[in-house]
Amino acid sequence: MPNHQHMDEQQKEAYDKALRDSFRVLMSAIKLLLILVVGILLYIPLKSDIQQWLSPKPVVKTVSNSGVQPNEEDFDKVENGVHLATGLKFAPGFEDVRANCTVCHSAALVTQNRATREGWDQMLTWMQETQGLWDLGPKRARILDYLAEYYAPEAQGRRASLDLQEIEWYILDLE
Amino acid sequence: MQNKIPLSRRHFLRQTTLTTMGFALGAPIVFGHFMPKGLTPVALSNGASFDSLPGKRPEMIVLNERPVNAETPPHLLNDVLTPKDLFFVRNNGLPPRRDEINADTWTIRFDGEALRTEKSFTLAELKAQFKHYTYQLTLECGGNGRKEFNPPAKGNQWGLGAVGCAAWTGVRLKDVLNAIGLKSNAVYIGYYGKDMHLSGDPDKNPISRGVPMSKALEEESLIAWAMNGEDLPLLNGYPVRLVFGGWPASCSGKWLERISIRNKVHDGAKMVGQSYRVPCKPVAPGSKVEDKDMCIIESMPVKSLITYPKSGAQIKAGKQLPINGHAWAGDLEVAKVEYSIDFGATWQACQLKPPANRLAWQQFNASVSFPQKGYYEVWAKAIDSNGQAQPMLLPGWNPKGYLNNACHRIAIKVA
Ligand code: HEC
Repeated sequence: MPNHQHMDEQQKEAYDKALRDSFRVLMSAIKLLLILVVGILLYIPLKSDIQQWLSPKPVVKTVSNSGVQPNEEDFDKVENGVHLATGLKFAPGFEDVRANCTVCHSAALVTQNRATREGWDQMLTWMQETQGLWDLGPKRARILDYLAEYYAPEAQGRRASLDLQEIEWYILDLE
Repeated sequence: MQNKIPLSRRHFLRQTTLTTMGFALGAPIVFGHFMPKGLTPVALSNGASFDSLPGKRPEMIVLNERPVNAETPPHLLNDVLTPKDLFFVRNNGLPPRRDEINADTWTIRFDGEALRTEKSFTLAELKAQFKHYTYQLTLECGGNGRKEFNPPAKGNQWGLGAVGCAAWTGVRLKDVLNAIGLKSNAVYIGYYGKDMHLSGDPDKNPISRGVPMSKALEEESLIAWAMNGEDLPLLNGYPVRLVFGGWPASCSGKWLERISIRNKVHDGAKMVGQSYRVPCKPVAPGSKVEDKDMCIIESMPVKSLITYPKSGAQIKAGKQLPINGHAWAGDLEVAKVEYSIDFGATWQACQLKPPANRLAWQQFNASVSFPQKGYYEVWAKAIDSNGQAQPMLLPGWNPKGYLNNACHRIAIKVA
């Protein structure tokens, strides 16, 4: 290329530098692109794990002082295995239940109830058929496992005795 | 049991509802794209909000904040007329907001296959055009007492206090229907209210029930705007509701906007399937019952509640314990109330007052003496005018846990 031969030293140096610079920029762009592609490829299969990992973690406390009102910062606190803000048992499946079952009604409707897996299954089906509950996909099985395990019926016979633990005894003065 | 939310937690729940919601919505909801439109804003804007029990006393036992479901502790039901701020709340959806309601322009539409012409009345027109009546009418949730059923029954786990009796003022439904003109094929009335479905879907009704014409046309069946002489509380249906004493309270539609006169049994939300129905034939506990074998609950069964003293009284030996309470029997009258201090082995008669009017609860009282020191339970048993008595154990098991009218029991220590 005849023009090159006519370049003076200064021009040549500037040209080389420009070439080097643009090469460096190009390389960084390629590197970035690679990281992005690898990231996306990794993210897809691990999506829910990553999201779970990014979401706030409940603080597990071992000491109980259930009478005390937690303030807003303690909102993800777990005491005695119970997630305070929702009253749900903090156990595998909790996140799925919190995410899907506290949207329409409070979790109190869940924690009040006891049923077998089949009974829970019927309740979910009823809500899907009549109350607008969405398709839970693979989470359905996890939610059912959780409910059947932690909100299972307890045998109590034809009629339970008065719950003496619950009675607040008081002195009644009579004439 | 964790099925009660004491007041201390209520404040906390209220405070965190929004945050919980925010998190719930931000958390990964797989298949969340199937959520109906409008759900998110509703959930956030209406999330049991921040005074979820307006006009109610803090002693109310809250079973659920969204939707609001709260019952009265039995010892606070001691008044002949249940005060407004102690009357139980069973909401199926989200009530209209107070500032959305204009009682002056509130309109009730009458329509349906079995009405001559469609017609609308404003509340003011109803008040001006028809004679007013006041009746003391007992309302009890069909699921009152559900928590005792075993195997457990689905829904809010009501204890004893989803019942009350108030003086309701309004016009007779029959006067209004006769003025509009019923057709001979009328079978059932179905109501629609202004409450919103929990999903926020405007095309869904949280509840739309009703009663057969025979009940609708009774003298005591009211379109009511007042409770104990004052406006209805918001949570009990302000500005206007139906009241059908003695039947499951879910028949008595709140925030009443529309009444359909049907030529068949009304088929609105929670009229069908298993809601407010029991097996037509008795079933073994835990049985699965097909929808077609479930029958609609009509008149509620005979029942009573000891409202004084509160369970847990410790008294001195040798003293007489006065007890009193209410008894009611659906469409019927209560004929007798008895009490037992020996777990049902022997029964003593209580004094019983006649009802103020048909379908009002009746007051009973007795003076109880105890043979020696020790732990006692005082049980009360009412018997209706057909000779039906309350059972001591649970009555027939049913999948949704309705109609538990087992005897009320209070614990007493004599020391
Ligand atoms: C799209 C709204 C929606 C979602 C989401 C939802 N529910 Fe419900 N659910 C309802 C409605 C409406 C009711 C009836 C409420 C009432 O009668 O007070 C209900 C009632 C219930 C009941 C009482 C059942 C009965 O027979 O009365 C239980 C238990 C329950 N839900 C559990 C759950 C669980 C567990 C989940 C999560 C998988 C869930 N809900 C998610 C709308 C929903």
